[in-house]
Order: sequence, then C-alpha cells, then structure tokens
Amino acid sequence: MVLFGMPLAQLLLFGYAITTEVNNANIGIYNQSPGQYSNGLVDKMVSSGFFRLAENVHSEAEMLDVFKKNKVKLIMIIPTDFESKVSRGEASIQLIADGSDPNLASILTTSAEAVIMTWMKGSFTQKLEIETIDPQVRWHYNPELKSAEMFVPGVVTIILMLVSAMLTSISITREKELGTIEILYVSPLKPITIIIGKVVPFAILSIINAGLILAAAWVIFSVPVNGSLILLLAESMLFILTSLGLGVLISTVSNTQQTALMLSLFALMLPTILLSGFIFPVANMPWPLQIISNVIPAKWFLIIIKSIMLKGVGLAYIWKESMVLIGMTLFFIGLSIKKFKIRLQ
Amino acid sequence: MNNKELTITAKNLTKQFGDFTAVDAISFEVEKGEIFGFLGANGAGKTTAIKMLCGLSMPSSGEATIAGYDIYKEPEMIKKNIGYMSQHFSLYQDMTIRENIRFYAGIYGLTNKQIKERGEQLIKELKLESFADRLVADLPLGFKQKLAFSIAVIHNPKIVFLDEPTSGVDPITRRQFWGLIYEASNRGITVFVTTHYLEEAEYCNRVSIMVDGEMRDLDTPIELMKKYNKKTMNDVFLYMAVRSKRKE
Repeated sequence: MVLFGMPLAQLLLFGYAITTEVNNANIGIYNQSPGQYSNGLVDKMVSSGFFRLAENVHSEAEMLDVFKKNKVKLIMIIPTDFESKVSRGEASIQLIADGSDPNLASILTTSAEAVIMTWMKGSFTQKLEIETIDPQVRWHYNPELKSAEMFVPGVVTIILMLVSAMLTSISITREKELGTIEILYVSPLKPITIIIGKVVPFAILSIINAGLILAAAWVIFSVPVNGSLILLLAESMLFILTSLGLGVLISTVSNTQQTALMLSLFALMLPTILLSGFIFPVANMPWPLQIISNVIPAKWFLIIIKSIMLKGVGLAYIWKESMVLIGMTLFFIGLSIKKFKIRLQ
Repeated sequence: MNNKELTITAKNLTKQFGDFTAVDAISFEVEKGEIFGFLGANGAGKTTAIKMLCGLSMPSSGEATIAGYDIYKEPEMIKKNIGYMSQHFSLYQDMTIRENIRFYAGIYGLTNKQIKERGEQLIKELKLESFADRLVADLPLGFKQKLAFSIAVIHNPKIVFLDEPTSGVDPITRRQFWGLIYEASNRGITVFVTTHYLEEAEYCNRVSIMVDGEMRDLDTPIELMKKYNKKTMNDVFLYMAVRSKRKE
C-alpha cells in the first residue's frame, strides 16, 4: 500500500500542483478613467476565463487594504489619461502584483499581459500600432524580487512543523519501544501531565529555532519583519501548538519510531511542502487540491507569517486565519488527549 | 480472616480480546507482606492479569481491589500505592543512576529531602557508589535489575508487581535479587511476582499456576509438591502445563 500508493500520490500531486494555468483568479481593477475603451478592456479581462473581478478599487489606500486583506493577488490600474491617450497610441496600464507570492504573481501578470495584447489586437484594427499600450508591471511587496523573501516564511513554517511534530512523535514512540512508557502509565501521573512533559522541551526548541531563522534571515538576507515581532512570535507559538498536537496524535497511532517517522514524513511534511502554498500557489491548484489545502495547518500559518513579515499587517487582517489555526489546535490536542489512553484495551 | 490484612482481592477477574479469553475468571486473595508467585507458561495470561491489577488494562468483567481500592472506581489511588517493574528493562538508559532515582521518586511525589535520603541509602545498599553518576546503560544487567527493583519500591508502596524481573540474570545475582524481595516483604510490602525460573517459585510464600487463562491451583509450594506427588516445583509445573490446550 505504502510502496505503491506513495509514488502514485506523489506523481499526481506534483503533476497537478505544478500548473501554470490561471483559472478564475481574483483580480482587482482600479479604473481611473471610465469610458468606452477602458470598460471594454475590463470586460475582456473578466470574460477571458483567467480572471474574476473580485474588487473594484477606488483609491490608492483601498488598493493597499485589498492587498493586506489577501483578497486579490493582482490589481490592474487604468490611469486617468487612458481614455484620451489610447486612441493616440500612447496609453499605459499598470499591473500591480502581490510580490509576497512571487510564483503566483509572475503567472498572473503574464496572463494579464496576454489578455491586454489580445484586447488591443481586437479593438484597434490597422489604425494603431500594436505596441501602443505598454503594461507596466510593478510588484507590491518584495519589489526587488528577492527570493529570500519568498522562502524565509516557508522555511520557518516547515522547520516549526518538523521540529514540533516529528520530534514529539518520535520521542513518545521511543519510550514505547524501550518500555519506559509503561512506568509512566503505571505511575499516578495523569495523561495530560505526561503529554505536557513530553512536548514542553520541543515547544521551547521550536520557538528558539524560529527566532534563529528570523535573525539569520535578517542578518544574512536582509529580510526584515515588517510587522510586529511580538505578534509573529505569538502566532508562531500557536502554530507550534498545532504541530505538537499533531505529533502527539501521530504517536498515539504508531508503536514504533519508524512508523512515527514515516507518518510524519508522508502524512505531514509532504502535504505541508506541496499544498501549503510554500512552493506552488494554492490559487493555481485544481479545486480538489484547493479544498484539501484548507485542512493543512501550514497553509494558514503561511498566510499569517507572510502577512506579518512582508506586508507588516496587524492582527486585524489575519484574525480569521488565526481563528482557523486555534480551532485546528484545539481539535488536535483534544483528540490526542482522548486517544492517549492510559488504560490500554 | 481475622487478623489478616488483605492487599489484593480478585473475584472472577476476566479479560477478553474479541473471542479470545486471555484471563478466565480468576479469583484469589493476597495478604500484606506476602510473596505471591504467579506462574504460567508463555501465553497463559500472566502479563494480562498483572496489567489489569495495575490499572494498565481494563478488565472485561469481575471485581478486584488493590490496597483496598476498587480497580474500576479508584485507579488513581491504586497507582499511588503500587510499584511496578516489567520484564522490559524499564529505567532510562541515557540518564545516570542518580537521575533515574530522582525522576521516579519525583513522579511518586517524594519530597526533595526524601529523594536525597532514600536515594543515597539505596545507592549504598546496592554498593553502587562508584557508578551513581554514570549512565544506566553502562551497568551490567544484574545491577540494572536490582536497581530497577529498588526504585520500584522507593516510595514504600503497599504492593509491588514484578513481571519476570529476573529473566536473563545469572543465578548469583538472582539470589541477591531475592534477598531484596525478602527485605521488601519484611518491611510489609506485598510482592506479586511472575517468573519462569521454577526454583524461584519455591522462595514464594504461596504460588498460583495459570494454565490457559485459568488459575488451576493456588497453595504453598510444599503443599503443591505434596498434592501432585512431585519432588520439585519444576515437575509440578510441567505436570500441569502439559495439559494446556493453547498453542504458543
């Protein structure tokens, strides 16, 4: 089952996850020059099948807000002089992409550029030269396209997951293998005490690790934490709790360190890397994978950590994601305490 | 039953795993300070029975009280009043002897002062002074087992359960180990012990023999040998175990 199932699952995951097609991606449009041509362009964008108009933006401030709230990853700005200049062949269009997700940003801008080109060819026949409209692409956040800004949040996420979940599950199953856990079972210790005793060291290790990575990212790659460091640490603590809960859960279903390791790797690490949006943008995945990605805690933490680090937003913008994580944490911890039975059947 | 203080009572204690009855309605009583031998071939249900008595495993039916506490209603109180040492070597190998003592004594709620006093006394009695700050993994097996036993009774429990404590230990160390058991018994600790070494059974006050999940007989070793007209416990055991229907 594992031997044959895994390669197949991997192939399907990679095959479907690495897709460069855009399907109904949410975009925002800031039309500063409503008129015949600009409206035509908006229609073309929306009817292209690539994009779905999620937000009509009316000011620069609103634009920032829409990005911060993660509503869209791309905003098209049609400048005030568009309508007057377009017939003279001098108009320009701005495409602002959310650089906190560079892969997705480049896919989206490429598709948008293609739509604009098609629109030009269709709207102005031979009278105008093709190159008249020049889409200017600008990336909001991470304008220099530094890859470090993309991978640091992802690496923090993976490390926290790895240290917390995998080490916890291995350390508990190790005691099962050695038999020392029986002594703990027989002792007057309550299950919750045993669990806390097992996870506290890893919680401390993980938070130190997170601090180290952030410090190294800042010193070596000059990736700053734009938002509140306290908030970031608090959210990291929350994600560590989620992972610890998962770790304990894994240890309750496995009796050997090897099983725990395999489970952590295949059931936790791979989905985390592939489906969290760390490497492949979630918005680009086929819908079944998008739905699955919702149950992966790392997806939510990645949104949170990117928002705090790169966009510098406060809790007001990420409370929903935080609530999801809190819910998952309570669920995993509750379930593992329930399954961590002292009286074996 | 007048002056006797019972520390274990079991009545029709049964454990089923699906269709398989691992322990079939066993009933017995053990007195305070008694050394109670619990014999049986592999698969006869010894470990399952011990696990039920220690609160590790939920009985399917039957009743039992340990140290006066009900096995269903008061497992927390039972756990405070028993010690346990299993056939798997159950100390932390990567901690020193002192650390292990401190850890276990701490779990059972001994104060720092008690831990220090009893710990040092224990190390002295076992003549482990020169090893005290070395890893348990470095000790010879015999010493490990003696240490594990001493730690299992460090909190002065009412009963100590020993699941094949001497397997793999040489005869001299085994003799020393039984010295420790007698000492604990003299202090009023009830000793509930399973073993594969049948000459050890003769050291017990009373011996029970489990066959196919049932308790076939229970008496002093001398009475048992008389009853079956055998010269050693080994012969008594073989005579009974041969009638087992269960295959290993």
